[in-house]
Amino acid sequence: MSAMAAPAMIAFRLNGEPRLLPPETSPITTLLDWLRGPAGLTGTKEGCAEGDCGACTVALELPDGGRVPVNACLLTLGQLHGRALRTVEGLRGPDGAPHPVQATLAACHGTQCGFCTPGIVMTAWTHATEGGDPHDALAGNLCRCTGYRPILDAFARLAPEVAVAAPLPSLPAAPVLRGAGQVFHRPASLDALIALRVAHPEAWLLAGGTDLGLRISDHREQPALVICMLNVPELAIAAVTPAGLRIGAALPYRDLLALCVAEPGFAPLAGLLSRLGSRQIRGMGTLGGNLGTASPIGDALPPLLALGASLRLAGPEGEREMAVEDFLIGYRATALRPDEVIRDIWIPRPAEGSLFACEKLSRRHDQDITAVGLSVALTVAEGCIASVRVAHGGLGPQAARAPGAEAALAGAPFAAAAFAAAAAALSAEVTPLDDLRASAAYRRQAAGNLLRRLWWRWSGAEAA
Amino acid sequence: MPAPYSLARVAGAALPHDSALAHCTGEARFIDDIAEPPGTLHAALVLSDVAHARLLGLDMAAARGMAGVVAVLGPGDLPGENNVSPGHKPGEPLFAETEILHWGQALALVVATTRDAALAAAQAVQARIEPLEPVLSIETALAKGDLLMPPMVLREGDVDAALAAAPHRLQGAFRCGGQEHFYLEGQICLAVPGEDGDLLLHSSTQHPTEVQHIAARVLGCDCNRITVQVRRMGGAFGGKESNASWVAAAAALAARHTGRPVKLRLSRRVDMAVTGKRHPFLFRWQAGFDATGRILALDALLAADGGHVLDLSPGVIFRAVTHALNALAVPAVRIDGRVVRTNTVGNTAFRGFGGPQGVLLSEAVVRQVAHALGMTPEAVRARNFAGGGNGDTTPYGQALDGALIRRVWREAEALSGWAERRAAVDRFNAAHPWKRRGLGSFVLAFGISFGVQSMNQAGALVHVYADGSIRLNHGGTEMGQGLFVKVAQVVAEVFGVPLARVRITATSTAEVPNTSATAASTGSDLNGWAAHHAAAAIRDRMAQAAATHWGVDASEVAFAEGEARAGNHRLEFGELAALCHRQRVSLSATGFYRTPGLHWDPVALRGEPFFYFSYGASVAEVEVDTLTGEHCCTGAWLVQDCGHSLNPAVDLGQIEGAFVQGMGWLTCEELWWDTAGRLRTLGPSTYKIPGSRDVPEVFEVRLLADAPARAETIFRSKAVGEPPLMLATAVWNALADAVGTVTLDMPVTPERLLLAWGERDGIGEQRV
Repeated sequence: MSAMAAPAMIAFRLNGEPRLLPPETSPITTLLDWLRGPAGLTGTKEGCAEGDCGACTVALELPDGGRVPVNACLLTLGQLHGRALRTVEGLRGPDGAPHPVQATLAACHGTQCGFCTPGIVMTAWTHATEGGDPHDALAGNLCRCTGYRPILDAFARLAPEVAVAAPLPSLPAAPVLRGAGQVFHRPASLDALIALRVAHPEAWLLAGGTDLGLRISDHREQPALVICMLNVPELAIAAVTPAGLRIGAALPYRDLLALCVAEPGFAPLAGLLSRLGSRQIRGMGTLGGNLGTASPIGDALPPLLALGASLRLAGPEGEREMAVEDFLIGYRATALRPDEVIRDIWIPRPAEGSLFACEKLSRRHDQDITAVGLSVALTVAEGCIASVRVAHGGLGPQAARAPGAEAALAGAPFAAAAFAAAAAALSAEVTPLDDLRASAAYRRQAAGNLLRRLWWRWSGAEAA
Repeated sequence: MPAPYSLARVAGAALPHDSALAHCTGEARFIDDIAEPPGTLHAALVLSDVAHARLLGLDMAAARGMAGVVAVLGPGDLPGENNVSPGHKPGEPLFAETEILHWGQALALVVATTRDAALAAAQAVQARIEPLEPVLSIETALAKGDLLMPPMVLREGDVDAALAAAPHRLQGAFRCGGQEHFYLEGQICLAVPGEDGDLLLHSSTQHPTEVQHIAARVLGCDCNRITVQVRRMGGAFGGKESNASWVAAAAALAARHTGRPVKLRLSRRVDMAVTGKRHPFLFRWQAGFDATGRILALDALLAADGGHVLDLSPGVIFRAVTHALNALAVPAVRIDGRVVRTNTVGNTAFRGFGGPQGVLLSEAVVRQVAHALGMTPEAVRARNFAGGGNGDTTPYGQALDGALIRRVWREAEALSGWAERRAAVDRFNAAHPWKRRGLGSFVLAFGISFGVQSMNQAGALVHVYADGSIRLNHGGTEMGQGLFVKVAQVVAEVFGVPLARVRITATSTAEVPNTSATAASTGSDLNGWAAHHAAAAIRDRMAQAAATHWGVDASEVAFAEGEARAGNHRLEFGELAALCHRQRVSLSATGFYRTPGLHWDPVALRGEPFFYFSYGASVAEVEVDTLTGEHCCTGAWLVQDCGHSLNPAVDLGQIEGAFVQGMGWLTCEELWWDTAGRLRTLGPSTYKIPGSRDVPEVFEVRLLADAPARAETIFRSKAVGEPPLMLATAVWNALADAVGTVTLDMPVTPERLLLAWGERDGIGEQRV
């Protein structure tokens, strides 16, 4: 590309129509601010600006006809470039009639104050093609008025829609978007990404943006420089082998979840991922982001530790493979060098016949941050525990393995006594915080009890 | 005279909310959706970052120099009073002057060309302070005797003698938490200056008149300069009474100061930091009872955390004290209600207004008495229901309907299939290694009317245009509760026209003045009657015109199916309107209503403060994981008395929504302050309201059938906004039943439940 080329303008399809934004538009503006401001589309509401209430839910339209609900408050315009978006204003039919989703929700008395409603309508519209558990669909939408019953009624009456493929228009390459003094890089290869990473170690590295988007939307930060990883093909892979899964660091949870649902051995991980955020969050959020921020809670990190997952890090010197437990080195600290990026994650498939569980305790079942996370993978041979890995989150400065609990289990007879001993060891070895989600005492006790509960389950007592 | 309810056709129909489709298309406009007038400025609050301090001054220079900043306004910049008290009490400043009393208190306002510029500059204002020790618990404040108002003590009989004479005595203590309203639309006001000091305030408020009064007070101008308007709110729940007023006053101040339109919209984080919540309560009690479970004496302290200012706490403690016995009759009582001062945000109105906390008391007593006697809580509660030989008056002297109390309970018990369910729960508990189920119930008698008698009034303004279309305006506000459609149904009924003929319009102080808050469940009761009176006045004039035209007596003219009729005469409603216009008959009228028969002695705490009582009953089933404390409500069965419902679909929505909101308060919603008094639950990521999966799997709601109100209410309907929130108390009782404990603090988070399970053998009744 010539150095003299005119700067690329942000382009995407909005409610079926192509939109080209003026060159002065900042690519790091949130979609919500743009919709409600310059675009004059006020149907999409701001309820929290932290990706939790769902009032700003809009939908990405995929080329294959898929519909992905996302939080407009967490999405930047730069991420939207080249994609197709639908908002509540774009649902009416060609004759101007309300979409059946809108008419049904109204007829079921599914609105009271109406402020959450456009978001719920968009979630319902995506649910019409995506299907699944309605509670799962609604996990990212809060309603304070109705008590949800009429909304669930409306969901039950929605006729499933067939996804219609809608290929995206091909746009000229836009490796960089600029506006309002902010720069948004969109590298299209791993090499280009690494080169930018080396050149701009201070830049924000953005994948799904569910964490960094919060800093823009809620904290109103205005980063000068963002490097977006969404267009790097190497980071979007999802490779399946009999031995495990290789997951690109920027692959959305939505795709990872679909894979885990389908792949033998990964059902417990699928169960956990289905409680990670909401459909909106999973439509954008990534495992790479989860690892990069290295939160002490680290929703998806305990299962990675329990399965012995590893990562491939890529930098100017080449690539290196590293176990997740070596990668996490402290409170929000990782072994990633300033010039490196996470390329992908290798998740070994639990062996057939082995036991694997991913437990999560939170105040609310859906869309809540984990108070205690516990993942256990073990194998039993001749009545004894042949191998075991126990990992936790929310119980210390970082997600970590539990050597005391593992020692109590390893080699012991597969019996209640071993789990009781491991529970006591786990409660004793962790150093949780007292905070708004739970007290240290609760976390200690409940963590041990999760091991006791696993025993009940695995020994078949749950059937009662 | 009122039309008999049996005539109701439009009124009484299960019609959808008037804005339902506009909500779904995104076309229903909220205040932040109004196109900003050219030159609109944006305001941001400067907040304190300590809970208690002496305020020495504000350094505003840096903020004033920042890009886009137009003004930084502090307490010295108010043309009128620095007082936003809803009761005009002293010491409730818009901006702190000499002392910071809670974390997140408003100190100043920045006005700038963009919202981001205002927010950034607000961060740059520095407060010079000397830190002081904050008081952060009810216990500490009680020990210091630091009360926001004198104790409100309701007495009946000689409680000390009755306690001493009782065959058995028990005592207990427990607490409940506060609750964030979490209306989805945050606080907002768009203030638009007109000519010569006029000011139009688009305010998301339940109480436009109070916004008008407080803005005028802060600006030092007459009320006639200020018009307050609101078409709809994105939820309110009591949080947009006094809190909306000061937010609007701040926007009004900025608009007056700059001469330009100003929008003040609070972010979720700021909204949760600066606005008041439901009052947390601490309860201590002692009861005397006999071997049959009859409670003979109850001596209780109800201590409410008022936060740093009085706000609406007098009304909240009034309702808590008057509802502490709920549907029970106890011959000797002393209910000591206190509002303590702490260095937290000033707590305020929230759906139920002290009632939800008050009714917890007798439930705690009932559970503990039942445990001590080996009875069920249901048997002890029924043993003490008002009426049926127990006496049927409240301790303040107003009669309860003992027959209706028993009826709602019988119907809820039957709806839940109580006996079979109890047996099934017991079987489950005997078999499951770590899960426990529990059953709980609740019966409610909730008084309807504002505790402040002067507030029990309403006005309406109805126009009929010459084409027969009708324009309706009244003092009530729409916050999602369906008030507008209900009142429109009343008007359509009066004129005998389809609902579509009635145009609903935004609430405005310019159309109906001197209104009350839309609150205390009274919206339809008050505004329904006011609109009825206005519509009936016009209808009677139209009837006279038609009678003259036809040469019949006006009493023969009836309005139905879009026509006026008398004998063989027919006129389409619009034709009659045109006729009236030609004959110079006024087609516009105001309507006014005041609730009859209320009286209250605030010194003796005696009288009849309520027009009538709303009755309801509920059963809840829960399942508890005794290893983690996780729990869920697996079933709920509710019976609510709505009288002759104006709109059963709207009422059902109120019942279900209120129940789930109440369940949230009692179980998962927890406000968490750190040791420095900073609230740390400032958004939905940390403050968890119920989600769709938290709704009971089995959720059956019945409106009590064939139960028209005995009081002369509009079409014999009954209020519904608040009462069903309290039906969630059954969930608390069910959790206690599952765990096998009698004392269970709220909110019953998984953590509290696990704690209670661990201590279930150690806690229990303490025999005196």
